[in-house]
Amino acid sequence: MNRQRMRTIVFWSTVVLSLLLMLLPVPDVLVAFKPYWPALVLIYWTLESVDYVKLGTAFAIGLAADVIDGFLLGDQALRLAVVAFLVIRFRSRLRFFPMWQQSLAVLALLLNDRVIELALRSFSGFALPPLTFWGAPFVGAAVWPFVFLLLDDVRARLRAHEA
Amino acid sequence: MTLTRDGGSLFSANMAGTLRLIVYLALASVLMVLDHRGHWLAKVRYSAAVVVEPIYRLAGLPAEGMRVARVAFANRKQLTEDNRQLRVDLLLANARLNHMAAVSRQNKRLKKLLDTRRKLGMKVQLARVIDIDLGAFRNRLTLDVGARQGVKVGQVVIDAHGIMGQVIEVLPSTCMVMLVTDPTHAIPVTDARTGMRTMAYGSHQPGRLRLPTIPVSADVRVGDRLISSGLGGRFPPGFPVGTVTHVEPQVSGMFLTARARPAADLDRSGEVLLLRDLAPPAGPPSPVRKVGPPVSLKPGGARAGAEPRP
Repeated sequence: MNRQRMRTIVFWSTVVLSLLLMLLPVPDVLVAFKPYWPALVLIYWTLESVDYVKLGTAFAIGLAADVIDGFLLGDQALRLAVVAFLVIRFRSRLRFFPMWQQSLAVLALLLNDRVIELALRSFSGFALPPLTFWGAPFVGAAVWPFVFLLLDDVRARLRAHEA
Repeated sequence: MTLTRDGGSLFSANMAGTLRLIVYLALASVLMVLDHRGHWLAKVRYSAAVVVEPIYRLAGLPAEGMRVARVAFANRKQLTEDNRQLRVDLLLANARLNHMAAVSRQNKRLKKLLDTRRKLGMKVQLARVIDIDLGAFRNRLTLDVGARQGVKVGQVVIDAHGIMGQVIEVLPSTCMVMLVTDPTHAIPVTDARTGMRTMAYGSHQPGRLRLPTIPVSADVRVGDRLISSGLGGRFPPGFPVGTVTHVEPQVSGMFLTARARPAADLDRSGEVLLLRDLAPPAGPPSPVRKVGPPVSLKPGGARAGAEPRP
């Protein structure tokens, strides 16, 4: 199996894994604080390499997420496209941030994502969500270093395996 | 030289990126509007069921595994305890075994009784809950029965204690249930003590119903049982919905608002019942037949003095 194909497989399996994590049941108390896994994985791959994630990829992943678990077709597609766009735009800066600064940037991205979601929800006539709605981005930013290190490790192992 | 070239390419890349973003945003907006109008999402989900359903089952696996592990662990603990007890006191263990046998016989008898009662009652279908999480702010369940088992949108879901919700989306072998506690759900109820009719809405807090429109003069007390009134034709009448836990006047003073605890075990039920018989739709009455003087009496009509229409 050549290198390119291996990388593609790893990329898509992490994406599928993030979609599964999105569906994973958690205790009631923690439901509102579940980080938005697909966005985290997407941010990682966008930061690491421009080859993996173009806007279209983000859009397609979002569409898949919508089909699995969405209230409107195109909702997560739009949100993930925005996330990918912002990361691509600021990629050269984000890549060289220390970890805590990167976490803050991820927090800003996720908060922005929540704002967009809120807007879409109110357009389609949903009631305003409770305050805990804003908790998830903070959890997302808190787990970001671990996601980053884990995926980095996977990639490093892959490279060592190939060498 | 290099700087300008870099700057130029960066700029054009930015422009192209922004353009692409705008295209995708527009595409997403078009999709959302179309979906909002035509409810495409359910159709797409239905046709993608081959992919979607295994994903649901896969995401439910960890919870299933936990359940199995818990059962295995509990059994092991029980066995160890039994073993110790046998070693300490054989007689006592035997007595316990006898007792267990008696309980098991009683259990069998009771089960049979329940079965017959179920047979006598309404037609129901047993379904298992697939434990997955569909969004943080919606109270939904996924069941392991679907269109192939004859499930239809609008079927009512109950458990041993009361009404849980209704089926809102059906896939070939799974279906989604909106619980009564969903913020967008409403169910017509009757106060079992006074017979007052009102609506019970879902709320953001799990395990709580809102009754925001009770007349000030109405007699509602904490502890009143709410049963479904059957108005609207979606829910059958007489099933427990909840118990009033809190009553207070609204800020405006025009209504009383009450809070209620749902009767069904919304977060603990592993198995639920789907009512088979959909209530007859209670739409507007069929249009009345044309009334009035017969056409034949019209001035200048073809036949004058014809007999009136029956």
